[in-house]
Amino acid sequence: MDVIVLVVIITALVFDFTNGFHDTANAMATSIATGALKPKVAVAISGVLNLVGAFLSVAVAETISSGLVDEMKITPAVIFGGLIGAIVWNLLTWLLGLPSSSSHALFGGLIGATWVVAGAGAVHFGTVVSKVLVPAVLAPIIAGVIAFVGTYLAYRITSRAERDKVTSGFKVGQVVSASMVSLAHGTNDAQKTMGVITLTLVVAGTLPSGSAPPFWVILTAGLAIALGTYLGGWRIIRTLGKRITEIEPPQGFVAETSSTAVILVSSHLGFPLSTTQVVSGAIFGAGAGRRLSEVRWGLAGQMVVAWLLTLPAAALVGALAGRVAETGTAGTVVVAVAGLAIGGGIYAVSRRQPVDAHNVNELPADQPRVAAPTA
Amino acid sequence: MTIDWSALGEVFLVSFGTSVGVIVLFALGVSALAAPTADPASAPGETAQSVTPRPAASRALAVLCFLTCALVAGYGLYLIIVR
Repeated sequence: MDVIVLVVIITALVFDFTNGFHDTANAMATSIATGALKPKVAVAISGVLNLVGAFLSVAVAETISSGLVDEMKITPAVIFGGLIGAIVWNLLTWLLGLPSSSSHALFGGLIGATWVVAGAGAVHFGTVVSKVLVPAVLAPIIAGVIAFVGTYLAYRITSRAERDKVTSGFKVGQVVSASMVSLAHGTNDAQKTMGVITLTLVVAGTLPSGSAPPFWVILTAGLAIALGTYLGGWRIIRTLGKRITEIEPPQGFVAETSSTAVILVSSHLGFPLSTTQVVSGAIFGAGAGRRLSEVRWGLAGQMVVAWLLTLPAAALVGALAGRVAETGTAGTVVVAVAGLAIGGGIYAVSRRQPVDAHNVNELPADQPRVAAPTA
Repeated sequence: MTIDWSALGEVFLVSFGTSVGVIVLFALGVSALAAPTADPASAPGETAQSVTPRPAASRALAVLCFLTCALVAGYGLYLIIVR
């Protein structure tokens, strides 16, 4: 096995790790916000279920490696560049606490690197639009509409019941629904890294085209995403759990149930659907279903901008990194060192205002809570 | 470029039906358990009595609702694991 192949596999696992801590929020933010689960317990459950989920499905992995880019025209260096683009964008959005899509970052990075090295012809734009962009635009809308209707009905039905008992009932429900999101996330997101590693092995000639991921790929990818999930992307958890709206247990239950259904059903049909966008849409829907005015819609604008920028921004970094890495071993080393430096720099900046399990449910003074008389 | 609209429509309909179904059932179950109870010490008179149906019936309804929710969740798990 070439050195570059090994480097790519390690980088893919690093991406998988950032994917995990970037997306912990998707499964657990609302449960942590409502107090249904303690922060540390929540991330532990989520991590274990992500690992389990990784073993349950390989459908999406096959879609990614054989659809988006022309496997005959790209090299491990291209994949390496694409991964660097995705990792840099994931870290940057994590620093800002924005729940952008790790899938889009990965797709963007791969597309950029492929484009600049092998030409636009090696990118299957039709597949990108039909299998990635269109479902990703519709996913948050679908999840939002479902959560909106669900929240409205849940509050309507329980309106005469005793508030305390309703709250504690839905908290119990949340433990199950949050676990389902984690499992659905595992069956969806760990697949991306498996797809990339499998694609690398196919490109390097180690595996025949169209192969399913080998066992060690499934295991390492599952472990990397589980570890990332356990460490927790507390900044994004705070955004989804506290900054969009003041979440109550019925809303958390509804958001998680809707997300689970959308992710599982779409995963079942082989769409590489963005968990982030499904969950964000569901939380906005659940917020609006209780009271429209209590949702911070300005934040939705910020998220949409981040979502729109994700693919092109990761593509840009991916193109640059791919171009340099393509020049040979020296180029690959330069890209790796630059990637480590950027990652280290972002981590250093994050330490100035750390967010962790202890302060995740507290908002800084410049971001006052939405008035929540019934909280 | 082909967009599989029927598959996306299917995603929406199946997700909508499942989610809203589970949410409504769970909400019914919770409210059956959380109906204001007729506590003779604190709620004198017939108002409390009229609000509360027989507790056994409420509890049976709640159990039925939660069981159905559990079945749907179990079916979801079955689909992921076995397919």
